[in-house]
Amino acid sequence: MSGRVLVGVKRVIDYAVKIRVKPDNSSVVTDGVKHSMNPFCEIAVEEAVKLKEKKLIKEVVAVSCGPQQAQETIRTALAMGADRGIHVEVTGKDYETLGPLQVSKIMAALAKKEDAQLVILGKQAIDDDCNQTGQMTAALLDWPQGTFASEVSFDGDKIKVVREIDGGLETIKIKTPAVVTADLRLNTPRYATLPNIMKAKKKKIANVKPADLGVDLTSRLEVVRVDEPPQRQAGVKVETVDDLVGKLKEAGTV
Amino acid sequence: MQTLIYISYLTFLISRPMALRGAVTRLLSNSKKCAAVTVSRAQGTAAAASRDVEEIKIPAKAPKVSFNWRDALELEGQLTEEEIMIRDSFRDYCQEKLMPRILMANRNEHFHREIVSEMGELGVLGPTIKGYGCAGTSYVAYGLIAREVERVDSGYRSVMSVQSSLVMHPINAYGTDAQKEKYLPRLASGEILGCFGLTEPNHGSDPSGMETKAKYNPSSGTFSISGAKTWITNSPVADIAVVWAKCEDGRVRGFILERGMKGFATPKIEGKFSLRASATGMILMDEVEVPQENLLPNVSGLAGPFGCLNNARYGIAWGALGAAEFCFHAARQYTLDRIQFGVPLARNQLMQKKMADMLTEITIGLQSCLALGRLIDEKKAAPEMISMLKRNSCGKSLDIARQARDMLGGNGIADEYHIIRHVMNLEAVNTYEGTHDIHALILGRAITGLQSFTVGK
Repeated sequence: MSGRVLVGVKRVIDYAVKIRVKPDNSSVVTDGVKHSMNPFCEIAVEEAVKLKEKKLIKEVVAVSCGPQQAQETIRTALAMGADRGIHVEVTGKDYETLGPLQVSKIMAALAKKEDAQLVILGKQAIDDDCNQTGQMTAALLDWPQGTFASEVSFDGDKIKVVREIDGGLETIKIKTPAVVTADLRLNTPRYATLPNIMKAKKKKIANVKPADLGVDLTSRLEVVRVDEPPQRQAGVKVETVDDLVGKLKEAGTV
Repeated sequence: MQTLIYISYLTFLISRPMALRGAVTRLLSNSKKCAAVTVSRAQGTAAAASRDVEEIKIPAKAPKVSFNWRDALELEGQLTEEEIMIRDSFRDYCQEKLMPRILMANRNEHFHREIVSEMGELGVLGPTIKGYGCAGTSYVAYGLIAREVERVDSGYRSVMSVQSSLVMHPINAYGTDAQKEKYLPRLASGEILGCFGLTEPNHGSDPSGMETKAKYNPSSGTFSISGAKTWITNSPVADIAVVWAKCEDGRVRGFILERGMKGFATPKIEGKFSLRASATGMILMDEVEVPQENLLPNVSGLAGPFGCLNNARYGIAWGALGAAEFCFHAARQYTLDRIQFGVPLARNQLMQKKMADMLTEITIGLQSCLALGRLIDEKKAAPEMISMLKRNSCGKSLDIARQARDMLGGNGIADEYHIIRHVMNLEAVNTYEGTHDIHALILGRAITGLQSFTVGK
């Protein structure tokens, strides 16, 4: 086994920023807005680095798809302990329509090219909340998947994944190579230490174009309109329980 | 090709009337964004030239730059990517791990020793030192680190400054290789905590008059040190102390004392109403036997302690502005939220004027600190520059904190709103590492050539 892990990291609008919709309702405002690494991607990087520290894997490669600024996100991953980065350059219209299908095609191509043993992704991105890339990547590669992972461990030549599901926790064992997606409780990402930030400068980030990987970025989706959520309406006060039941019946909820 | 046309345009347009210069500078500055500029020929007669000029299409307008009150002079664009990453990572740590602790730590005067180890893990102790487990980063990064930690509390920043600039720096700059190997890695990781003993009960602003003496015993090859130091950050819990004492030849030298040495005591100073989250005490030395190998051999005289103090003062110049920024942002939010007489307090002119003054001083202060940091990194900085900015940052920040406290009204005196804690702390920050007035004298001497520290000539 190559001992190489691919970690996907996405540059998204920072979680603390108040999102505003563009006046033409085409998308949200991203110009001049603070961006950072998707929190679930941080957890994914942390898990990969932890596996390397336990000497269970040999190399962590951070991958990001996007314009020039995606390199900042890769640098953050390098500062957390990834060994090298791959920046898949996607700009302009292609970037606007970049979604899980395209990214999973890219990740699958890279996983094959880099002979990866494991692909770890965040379970979903906080901007589109798709929760699809990990699953699609596994399907394209025909690899097993351990999604919503809250615990990952190596068990011989298999990986044991504890998954957070609606009913509780599910433990599965999957063969490698495999795709794992990180859920919130998998770990607590470390703060990048100063020495590691300085070392990150020297680590390499390779530049790749989707065409080089033979990936077609055409999107089958078209965003028609983006709207803000409806304004919260004021509540109504009622005097008695009968009034309350009456109003609920009116609204058709009882 | 286009650049050649612009340049030849420049050469004959420059001799033309002033009105055209504006067009040329706009053309050259917008050369990348310029729409089509028609040029019929590169050279020609004066009459032909004015015709050519009329054919110029007005270049596209530069995109509108909006004002960002959080970063009024775009400090962000003047930092390297590495400095930004360091600042962001450490800011997250300070806000997530230090901010929740400070309220009670300050109220109950409790020093969280753990934070030294946590900061050590992050590699922010002695960050400018190269080797020995230290990060070896720029002085600008050190300043940014100080600013982020002091945004939470000046006491925490004092702990960091003492460890980095007043303990690790002298060992690194004036110590032997053996001393560096022995102490620096453990100081960098926060495994051991140090303190800096210069100030005495009777000698604050004039360290040259210090009474602590170091007597050499040739028979045992040790120094016997006696005296008292006071207002020493970290001393009650410190593992080592870099103590400055006068030797028999009248020269001041530095010694590394260790906890456990006989005659070494560090009582805590009680009743302190500033920097309560940091432990402060005295260093009492009663004939402490210090082995010769604990002497810092590569410096003698006051240049030693002053070199350390300058290192720390630079960090304080950045740090104090961090505290001021917190107070400014907090006061802004409070006055936007609080409604009196039917409108937010921020609607009032008196409030806005105060905030305008705060914004101006903080922004200008940060720019000056950045300039100084870059000079230090290029080894082109003089001590008076550091004095000037330490004095400016501390004086202005204390003022800003007081104004902010006032803007919060009654709530301003409650520690839940944090500002009063910064007001308390900045009193000490303005005083230690050289009082506001002493730095004025340092500058006055540099300006006039006449010293006014002593009464004599």
